[in-house]
Amino acid sequence: MGRKLDPTNKVKRGPGKKAKKQQGAETELTKFITDGEYCALYINYLQSGNLDQKMSQPLLPIERAAKKEKKLKETLALESDDDEEDEEDDSEEEGDEEEKSDADLDEEDTVQTNIDEMDKFRLPGAEETSKEGVLPLDLKTIHQRIKDNVDVLCNFSTKREEGKERTEYLSLLKKDLCTYYSYNNFLIEKLIDLFPLSELVDFLEANEIQRPVTIRTNTLKTRRRDLAQALINRGVNLDPLGKWSKVGLVIYDSSVPIGATPEYLAGQYMLQGASSFLPVMALSPQEGELVLDMSSAPGGKTTYIAQLMRNTGMIVANDANAERLKSVVGNIHRLGVTNTVICNYDGRQFPKVMGGFDRVLLDAPCSGTGVIAKDPAVKTSKDEADILRSAHLQKELILSAIDSVNAESPSGGYLVYCTCSIMVEENEWVVDYALKKRNVKLVPTGLDFGKEGFTRFKERRFHPSLRLSRRFYPHSHNMDGFFIAKLKKFSNVIPTAPAGKEASEATVVADSSQEKPSEGDKTKKTIPSKVSGSKEHAQPNGTAARKTANIKSKGKKDLSTGPKKAKVAKMDGEAVKEAEVKKPTAKIAEGTKASKADRKEGSRFETKQGKKTTNPMKTKNRMGKNKFNKLKYMLQKQDRK
Amino acid sequence: MRPLTDEETKAMFEKLSKYIGENIKLLVDRPDGSYCFRLHNDRVYYMSEKILKLATNISRDKLVSVGTCFGKFTKTKKFRLHITALDYLAPYAKFKVWVKPGAEQSFLYGNHVLKSGLGRITENTMQYQGVVVYSMADVPLGFGVAAKSTQECRRVDPMSIVVFHQADVGEFIRNEDTLT
Repeated sequence: MGRKLDPTNKVKRGPGKKAKKQQGAETELTKFITDGEYCALYINYLQSGNLDQKMSQPLLPIERAAKKEKKLKETLALESDDDEEDEEDDSEEEGDEEEKSDADLDEEDTVQTNIDEMDKFRLPGAEETSKEGVLPLDLKTIHQRIKDNVDVLCNFSTKREEGKERTEYLSLLKKDLCTYYSYNNFLIEKLIDLFPLSELVDFLEANEIQRPVTIRTNTLKTRRRDLAQALINRGVNLDPLGKWSKVGLVIYDSSVPIGATPEYLAGQYMLQGASSFLPVMALSPQEGELVLDMSSAPGGKTTYIAQLMRNTGMIVANDANAERLKSVVGNIHRLGVTNTVICNYDGRQFPKVMGGFDRVLLDAPCSGTGVIAKDPAVKTSKDEADILRSAHLQKELILSAIDSVNAESPSGGYLVYCTCSIMVEENEWVVDYALKKRNVKLVPTGLDFGKEGFTRFKERRFHPSLRLSRRFYPHSHNMDGFFIAKLKKFSNVIPTAPAGKEASEATVVADSSQEKPSEGDKTKKTIPSKVSGSKEHAQPNGTAARKTANIKSKGKKDLSTGPKKAKVAKMDGEAVKEAEVKKPTAKIAEGTKASKADRKEGSRFETKQGKKTTNPMKTKNRMGKNKFNKLKYMLQKQDRK
Repeated sequence: MRPLTDEETKAMFEKLSKYIGENIKLLVDRPDGSYCFRLHNDRVYYMSEKILKLATNISRDKLVSVGTCFGKFTKTKKFRLHITALDYLAPYAKFKVWVKPGAEQSFLYGNHVLKSGLGRITENTMQYQGVVVYSMADVPLGFGVAAKSTQECRRVDPMSIVVFHQADVGEFIRNEDTLT
């Protein structure tokens, strides 16, 4: 069958034999070698590393004794072949065997020494590290060294070696983690920042194992109990997912392909990761509402929304990728969802298409650092630019998602933002940005587990209410890494928007111009002089806008935003022009000279920047001048407080 | 997206009536609001008026699907039902065929139903009557055309075809790309 994601394979692989194989030879080996031996091997390695000349002489006879084990080892090595580069030199192999036999001979002793040596974990010297470059280390040693290193770093004051800096330990740890788990340097550094060291190893280990296969019952067609019975009759071993879900089932193993049973084809269930349930549960759509799923492919969350709404109301399922929309069409029809419109827009343009949604789900495209178990390519393929690029896109998307929500909706006005990434740049940062730019506030997600979002991370400080967002990790929740934030829109007015729109634009320009010189961008060097004027102009428009600019300029800004912005400007160029055509007429009606000047400034920058998405709300909620002044005054007063 | 022309409506209703007979009017006059058929990209969609209004916001080239797809018009202006219409055919079907568990898989892979796999069949089914195929657990699996009348079915040898395959739910996976 021409299915890209063949769940059948996965099921078999899941918790069975193959999964174990996938964990790599190193974990396989641990089963054969107990912990004590491990340490012994490690110590022996250290000794042999230092005094290999002396050691190798008397050990040659033992080699003969170890011949028997060689065969056993070879069989092990066969398994380890696929994962690791074992270009072990002869000398090292000899050493290994010797170590093994040694370990076998006097286990009692090694346990003893093991305890002694544990405390004495020390950093390898310069000469050793240089040797490592030539002779590839075996992975057990590295694994042990990681363990010891983490142990020392956790109790640094007591276990440290005199005269060694924390950074030395850390850099060794980083190097070891990179080799052992085959990540690139950038990602490891990010992860070290993100997790306490004790958790870090758990996280990396969890990424080597597949998450359990979970399915969601389609309550439009069947009940969970009936489905479970039907599947058990087909020889599937399953269990309810957990207390928090009434529709989820975990598949342990199955004699039939779980993605091709007649029940699946008849639409009684959907293959869906446990983490994908959560955003929809947080969204909690009500019957009869108008809901937007901004990036819907492959339709798992969309169908869950429909199921919670019992096929009433309306759902708009959007995705930017036409190819992926085919799976949405298939899944929606298979599961018997009838209240859905499927369309293929760029999410950033959505407010122009339609607005007034009661609830919006934004499952933003991301770097996928939460789903490394699914796609190990992430380990090495991502770098700073990738993260920031997706963060930039996410910021655009979240604003347009917010603009699509109708704050006055009697039952809703909610937005759920989620990503399958665990990077702060793609999560808290994006939500924080939205909090500053729009009239939204964070509300509890309604999920009673998960970790709180960060309110501070390294040099960044986020809004304290980001505590209400939720993070999920593979090692602590046994589901994909995930981030969920639920926002409530409390006003349809875009802050500093109708008349103050130019102002905010100007600050954006000012902001970028402050950074541009430092980036050495030559194209925009002419701007600052203009900007200073426009900035002054903008000043009376309230301090809020300027504040955001300041904060933003403090935070690190990516290099990629520059060119990207220009691109977006081009894309939105037409729309912007359109908006401008509208604007003059409105402005003239207001009949103020100041606003005319405003417009001039605005249009000059708009053609360059074009960043703002035009919003149908804007025209609807246009304020009279008096009202605006009043609001402005109020805002200023608030700011002073 | 546009309403169907008279010819198109006729072609489609003729085809639908082979499976659900006069129950067609239950599709058009529903107690829970008015529903209608619309043509988009040669495909016929069935939706409520509310969703229809919503869908008018979306430009034609960006619209992928609305409501439920019933089928498509071929280049020769014949109407062909898709498996996606099964949700509406199954509850109203006049003639049904149940296949044995062993033959389920074969049918879901696109094969005809043989006498050996036939579990039950509605009485008085005529030859070439449109039928909806169910599993023994009453899960609709697809639809087809009866190759033999009920009477003949009793007599024929086990390897002869009793239902010609037209569509089955396996197509959700096999023909995912061409559903819409």
